[in-house]
This record gives sequence, C-alpha cells and structure tokens, in this order.
Amino acid sequence: MDDLLREFLTETNESLDVADVELVKFEQDPNNAEILNNIFRLVHTIKGTCGFIGLARLAALAHAAETLMDKFREGRPVTTDAVGLVLSTIDRIKVLMAALEDSGGREPDGSDRDLIALLEAMAAAEPEPVAALPEPEPEIAPAPPAQQLERDLLPGEIPLDELERLFRETEVELPARAPVAAPAAVAPPAAKVLDLPAAGKALDKAPVGKAPAGKPQGAAAVPPASPKEGAPRGEEVAHASAISAQSIRVSVGVLEQLMTMVSELVLTRNQLMEIARRHENSEYKVPLQRLSNVTGELQDAVMRTRMQPIGNAWQKLPRIVRDLAQDLGKLIDLEQIGAETELDRQVLDQIKDPLTHMVRNSADHGLESPDERRAAGKSERGLIRLSAYHEGGHVIVEISDDGRGLNVARIRTKVIENGLAAEAEVAKMSDAQVFRYIFHAGLSTAEKVTNVSGRGVGMDVVRSNIEAIGGTVEVRSRAGQGSTFIIKIPLTLAIVPALIVRAEGERFALPQSAVVELVRVQPGSDHAVKWLNDAPVLCLRDKLLPIVSLGSLLGLSTGGAARPTGGSDDALIVVLKVGHQTFGVVVDAVSHTEEIVVKPMSSALRQIPMVSGSTILGDGRVIMIVDPGGLAQSAAARAAEAEEDSRAAHEEVRRAVSEERTSLLLFRAGSRNLKAVPLALVTRLEELEVASIERVKGYPVIQYRGALIPVLYANEEVRRAESGTQPMLVFSDDGRTMGLVVDEIVDIVETPFDLQLSPSNMPEVLGATVVSGQATELLDVGFYINVAFGERFVQMLRPAARARLLLVDDSSFHRDMLAPVLKGNGYEVTACASAREALERLEDEGGFDAIVSDVELPDMDGFALASAVRSNPRRQNLPIIALSAGRDRDAIERGRAAGFTDYVAKFDRSGLIAALKEFAGHQGAAA
Amino acid sequence: MSELAHIGKDAAGGSTQQYVTVRIGPQLFGLPIHMVHEVFVPEAVTRVPLSAEAIEGVLNLRGRIVTMLNLRRLLGLDRPEGDGMAVGIEHQGEAFGLMIDDVGEVLALDANSREANPANLDARWAALAAGVHRLADELMLILNVELVLQRAGTAHGLPAAVAH
Repeated sequence: MDDLLREFLTETNESLDVADVELVKFEQDPNNAEILNNIFRLVHTIKGTCGFIGLARLAALAHAAETLMDKFREGRPVTTDAVGLVLSTIDRIKVLMAALEDSGGREPDGSDRDLIALLEAMAAAEPEPVAALPEPEPEIAPAPPAQQLERDLLPGEIPLDELERLFRETEVELPARAPVAAPAAVAPPAAKVLDLPAAGKALDKAPVGKAPAGKPQGAAAVPPASPKEGAPRGEEVAHASAISAQSIRVSVGVLEQLMTMVSELVLTRNQLMEIARRHENSEYKVPLQRLSNVTGELQDAVMRTRMQPIGNAWQKLPRIVRDLAQDLGKLIDLEQIGAETELDRQVLDQIKDPLTHMVRNSADHGLESPDERRAAGKSERGLIRLSAYHEGGHVIVEISDDGRGLNVARIRTKVIENGLAAEAEVAKMSDAQVFRYIFHAGLSTAEKVTNVSGRGVGMDVVRSNIEAIGGTVEVRSRAGQGSTFIIKIPLTLAIVPALIVRAEGERFALPQSAVVELVRVQPGSDHAVKWLNDAPVLCLRDKLLPIVSLGSLLGLSTGGAARPTGGSDDALIVVLKVGHQTFGVVVDAVSHTEEIVVKPMSSALRQIPMVSGSTILGDGRVIMIVDPGGLAQSAAARAAEAEEDSRAAHEEVRRAVSEERTSLLLFRAGSRNLKAVPLALVTRLEELEVASIERVKGYPVIQYRGALIPVLYANEEVRRAESGTQPMLVFSDDGRTMGLVVDEIVDIVETPFDLQLSPSNMPEVLGATVVSGQATELLDVGFYINVAFGERFVQMLRPAARARLLLVDDSSFHRDMLAPVLKGNGYEVTACASAREALERLEDEGGFDAIVSDVELPDMDGFALASAVRSNPRRQNLPIIALSAGRDRDAIERGRAAGFTDYVAKFDRSGLIAALKEFAGHQGAAA
Repeated sequence: MSELAHIGKDAAGGSTQQYVTVRIGPQLFGLPIHMVHEVFVPEAVTRVPLSAEAIEGVLNLRGRIVTMLNLRRLLGLDRPEGDGMAVGIEHQGEAFGLMIDDVGEVLALDANSREANPANLDARWAALAAGVHRLADELMLILNVELVLQRAGTAHGLPAAVAH
C-alpha cells in the first residue's frame, strides 16, 4: 500500500468518526445549521478525496449522501429515517474502507446501487419549496469532475470545479467577509494544483477556506439565525482552524523513538549525577544541574506528545448510543464531561473497548424503557453520563446512568447459583461486596440475552483489561437511581513510580500503585506471621493476609519453596492490593522508590508470569518489574492449595466424627469398673469440700457460686468421705446445676465409640463401651438431673396422651443419650438412624407431633429431610427441631430456609426441651 | 532460513557469503555477517526469573535492553569458564546477545562450498546449524540465528531440543 493511500485511509477514517458524532448531534438538534454544515463538509471531503484517488464506488456513495445532505441544507426537515440512511451510508463507506485497507488499495467488487437508490429516492421525495436560497443542485451534483485535469489529483488536492464552486459561493453569499475569506480560500489551492501538495493538504485539513464558505450558507438556510449570531461563530471557526493549522501529524513510531531516547538521556543524567555526587567540588556541578533540569523538562514535553484527550476514545459512543436507543426503543441522552482530559495514548487504546462495553451495558441493562421510567416517576429520557478528570497521577473515568440500578437480589442469587460463593457467605456480604461480583467471569444478570449484551462475558473482560494497565474499576449503585462505574487508570504506562525491593540478591521493581504498606515483622512487634497448616499468614491489625515469598514465587530461593522458619520471626513484608485481593509479599530488603521507565520484555521473555517488564536503574543495571496481578494469581493458587490441605484436614475430622470419636470423661465411682460421661455434658470438675455439704429437706446440697445446688453420689458404692475433699462433676442444664460426686477422676479420652446397650437393672447406666481395652460404663447424665430436679417435672409432664417424637440421629450414642432424656420429659420417642428411615416411619406410622433431627446425617442430611417433610402439604406445620454441633448463624438461616422450626445445639438438652415445650407441647396437648 | 536467502544479495562477489567466526567451546561457528551488529563484553547481566534455561538474562547495552542467550546451554556444553564475549544481533526490532567464548576473523566463503549437516551430528547441534564449511584446518558450522532465537524462546531446557 503506498503512503498516499495510507494517508487517505487514516484521514478518512477520522472524518468518518467525526461525521458519526456530528450526525447524531444533528438528529437531536436539526435546526443547528452549523452541525449540518460540518457534516456536509465531512461527507464532501470524503467524496472529493475518493474522487482523486479513483475510488469510484466510494465517491458515488458519498456523492449520493451529499446530495441528500444538501437537501437538508436547503431547509428540508430532518427525519430520523433520513439520518439513519446517512448513517448506514457512512457504515457502508467504512466497510469499503476496511476492505480497501485489507486488499492494499483495491476497491472491493460489488455495487452500492441499493443504498444510492434509497438516498436518491429520499433526496427526490417531496421537494421542499421552503428553501430560502435555493442552491441549484446540479452545481454539486457532478461527482466526476466537470473540469478534467491533465493528471490525477493527489490526495488533499481539490479539483478545480470544487474551487470554483467555493469561489462562487463565497463571493455571492458573503459579500461582507468575502474580501478576507475568499482570497484565503482560493489563492493557496490555486497555487497548489500547480504542484504544492503539502500546502494543499494543510488547507484541505484545516477548514480555512471551506468553513467560511459553508458557514454563511447554513446561516442563510435557517432564517432565524441573526447576523450577530453568525459573526462570532465565524470567528470561532477561524480560531479553530488556526489551532489545527498549528498541529502536524507525527507517526507514533517517531514518538516512541523520542521517548526511548529521552529515557536514555534520563538514565545518563542519573549516572552523571551519581558521579558528581562523589566529587564534591566539581566544576561540572552547575552545568550538570542545568542539564538535569532541561532533561526533566524534555521528558515532560515528550510525555505530553503521547497524551491524547480521552474524548478520542469517546468519539464512537454517541453513534453507538443512538443506534442502541433505536434498537431498544429507549430514549437516551449521552452527556460527556471532561472529554479534554488527557492521558497516554497507550492507555487510551486499552480503555476504548471497556468503555464502549460499559456504555452499552448502561444503555441496555441500566436504563429502563420510557414506560418504566414514567411509571417510576422519572423523565422518559434516560441519561448516560461520561465524565473524566485527573486525580493525583490517575485519570478517573465515570460512567453513570440514571436507570434502575443493579439488582442486588438477583446478583446474590446468581453468585450462589454459579457457585462463586456459598450462600452463607453471600448472606453476610454488604451490597457493595455483592456488586463486585458483576466483574466475575460468567456472571451475567441480564434477564434475557439481547443482541447488545447479556451473554455472560463482558464485565470480567472489562475488569481484566483495566487491571492489565494497572487500573481499577468499581461500581456503585442505588436501586431506582442508577449505577456508576468508576474506572481509575494511571496517566501513563511508560513511566511508573515503583518500589525497589531485593529478594535473593536480586532487585525488583514493584509498581507503587499496588503497594498498600510495608510491614516489618519482628519478635515483639504488633504483627506476626502465623502458620496455618503450611500456609503462612500475616496477622495485620484485624486482618489475616496470605503471604508469599517473592524469592520463592520467582523460583530464586535455593532452599525450596517455603521457608518455614526464616520468614516468621523477622520479615519485611510488602502488602499489595490487586483488585479485591490483598496479600503480603516477603522481601529481603526495601531500598527506595523511583520513577522507572517501563521497557517491554523481549518476545522471548514475554510469557513469563509475574514479570511484566524491565527497567534500567540509575546505576545502569536492568531489573525486572514484578507484575502484582501475576503475584496475586500465584498467591491465590497457593492459597487454593493450602485450602485443599485444610479441606483434607476437615475431611479427616469429619471422618473421625463419623467414626464416633467422642471425648469421654473417665472416672471411678464405686466398683473398679471405669465409668464415663461425655465430656461435652460436664460443665466443670470440682473438688468438693465434704464439710460444705448441707441438707435441704433431706437432700444434700452445697453452695456453689452463690447458689445452692443438689449433690448426688454417682451410686450407692461411692465412698462417702467424712472429711477432706472428693471429686465432683458439675452438670448444668438450663440454669439447673447439680454436682455428681465420684471417687476418682481418671482421664479424658477421645475414643471411637460403640455403645452396647446394657440390660443392666441400674437406671443410671446407659450402656457399656470399651475404652482402651477396658469395659466402661456410660452413665446417663439426664437420669441424674432428673433425679436431682426432675421427679416433679416428670410427673407434671406426663399427660394422658403423650406427645410423640420422631428422633433422627445416625449416631447410636446420641440416640441413646437423648431418647431417655426425652422420655424422661414425658415424650414418647421413636428413634431412627437415617433420614430415609424417618421418612418411611412418618409415612407408615404417622401421628408424630414433632421431629427432632440431627443435621449431619449420612446420605441425606437434615436439610434434605426437612425439605422432604415440608414437601407434603399436610406436614407444613409439623415442628422439626434441628440438632447441630455448630450453631453458627448461617447454618441457622439455611435450616430455617429448609423448613426447620428451631435449631438447638446438640448437647443443649434444656434448649431442646424448651423448644419441644414451645413447639411440640401444644401439639402434644392437641393430639 | 531466511538468512540463506541473503546469500548473494549481501555478498560482494556474487555467491560468496561473509561470516563472522566465533568459538563456543572447541567448535568454530560462523554467523552471517549481516546478522551481527556488534561484539561486546557482557557486564552486569540480570537473571530473569522463571525464564527458559537458554536465557542467561538481560543487560543494558547503551540504553537498550539486550536479552542474552547462552549458546553453551543450548548446545548442551558445560558451563563456560571465565568471562566470555557476546555477539549482538537484531531480530524483529529486538536486541539479543549470543554468549560466545571468543570472536575470530571475518571469512568470505563460497556459498557453493557449503555442505549439509552430517547425519551423525548431535541433534541439539543439528537443530541450530545450517550446514558446514570446510576450512583449511577445521570445520565451521553455520549458526542459524533464527533457529537459535526460536529455541531460546520456546525450548525450556534440552529435552525439547533432543526430541527434534
């Protein structure tokens, strides 16, 4: 492709983008002659340029569009259809341009008759007689130049008839300004056609000649525009053109090269300064200082050349929003604030797509349809506001809409459905935390997939694009009031402030933007490194942060992956925050912060994770820039491994539990045989002062913690000491506390449990088990409590019809522990070992007044049981009381959702009895 | 093997090709002269963590960051002893340095006298060599720089190279 064509393509593409924007503006403000003229000029330029290079197809298309546009200038009312048609023409031109670029300069085959016919038809339809100053169409119509040149025109050259038209128009319609404007417009092109392409091009680009020419036409076409109004506008245009005349087009490559050289200069300066520091009274000092200053300024200036207004990235948005609004049947205004805010063009390229996506999202999901808006008491027109501003080395871009806001409930459900977080976790999250999930992969909350968005890809890509350039994105939303996305991006990627750290003898640069703080962990300092399994964590104030070692992550550590001892007592930790992830990185030393010039990695090194680039330090040494994002990923991966480990540990515990490992308190009472009670039921172990035993109504009591408690001897054989002390177990049950006197406390053991029910005639013995090879009698704490307090209760609670309970617990131990207690409290108990059995019994026998069920059951757990029970409408009100080892709020919530009536901790008998009294008591009475 | 295409184009006398000779271990290699930008003594090489084995590191050569390739490792030779030298080459706008032991003279050789790699050449060597020239007192292997760069970028260590 030759330079000529490339130049043409660049220029025309720019013009097309501008035309897009202008057209949308025009549609909203059809009486604005100035906008109309701008568009006309743009289309015209495209037509002209295409004509020069012999691109017949493009020229014909542009011509047809121009003809239609001209009708508007004559005063024809502007319709949406017409603007749509012109827009689709511009789209077609873009397609052709793209094909042109791909094919290296050949126009694609095919015809645009369809579009041209439409354009012509619209131009021909209902000719408006209103036109104030009828401008005969034929004058513009001849697209193939009427006056033939000896050779093809160069790009930027203006055909003679065009010049002539300009000349004519200027002279006729602008008598007052003609002396100034016309010669300016005409003279240079005239000279240029005689081979001064450069000058011609400048003219073509800068609307020096054409603007004044077009301007008064518009003013004339719209009668109300007063001359007063016209005049300052003319000046404005002239001013604008003066500015554009001062700018030149420089290839990006040249700028990059400049940048590299300036970086070089900065480094050399740094080195010189270093030398000068060592030689105190050097005569170089003053000139060197000046060199240093100039270098700094040069660096700034070169940096500025890379800056572009963010408006360049917004250019396509008005058109997109307009098309979307039409597709979706919404009314949308797009407001742009701070379009002149400048940022590095590299950054600009990177955020273009994310921005577009977010604006689409706002239009599609954020804003409601006009009907909904009216119903919500808002104006029918939705507003999307884009704003950009500088804030301390960063550019903040906000995209806000005044739509319905994010649907928190829906995101919560989605998060759970997609398994991104457990239900319990989600329940605890604040709305802001929940909103963040919209940036997660695979989470789209759009109710239906439209062709605009809602396919479940998008916001995660947006986030990763923005994070790739060291930016962050967050969202705020209020139901019914709209949502705001806030993007924070660095001004430039070329120079970043970085923290220089040392690990395993090498220096590394950590981008300062990710660094939260530095923490020194020493023996005796407030912060400490703790080990969870094999994973080190930093206890920092109220947070636990995973920590990783930079050296080992980068594969530099000689002594294996982790240093289980080294890092713990004296470590320097850089706390990094990437996205929502905060973690610590252990380094050997922190030296200083420095503005580093980022140099890309060579292609052979680009795939290396955790290293994003390199830079040259003041001493000339190359060091690697560590990618905080990569570190975060590795840290997360390690954390996942650790979690895997801890999950395995949990699994073990679970297995142990399912093997019925139970802590038992072993003691002797009377016989040589060991006796035991579950440790969980024992509140305290005390040494009973025998002398302190008093008698109330013949029962032995002692004063214990300010209250009188009954004291029982475990059995008849227990030694009744006359003096001194004797061991006593204290049980507590719903405020009722009792002491059980035994002979000797032996041990506490955790043991697999296999209870043999004893046919013993001793009511206090529940059964026997084997502990460490010795037969051990398990005593029934419930029995003793009943003896101490219960006789009266039991009597009272023994109504004619006892309430029937279904007790579900897979552990025979618990069944056997609970059943007597429940029986003792006046319930008739049917025990089953599994949820399935329970359901069967419920079906077969029926007539149960309540279910008491363990939550953790094999095969089918308590939640499932509850759901199954509730699925039968007749059992909607059957009380189900859950027994669980843990009693955290989440489990309770989940239990309630599944249909549990109440939740009681496993060993909380009084709680259970109370719950039964509350829920099943009435049932029992009723039954 | 694009550098072979340069034969004749660059050389002064029709089908001769000029080579910069370098020594790696005991072996003499020839690099097409148009590939060689400069010869320098590498200083202050920075290790690149997690990089391929053939990559020695990077260094700052007058403001450019040069990726240093360890040819000995690519060729499966022992670690070099003492300070070596490096040949600076340009490839697709990036600067690379090939670590060598010593640099010799520039030879102009007739392209027709180039012979194919002997069949029994070590696979690691054959993967990087574009033929052999018989000199008066020894053999000179032609180093195919493109292949070297490919290997350095992709091959993580030697097994991959052997596999080819």
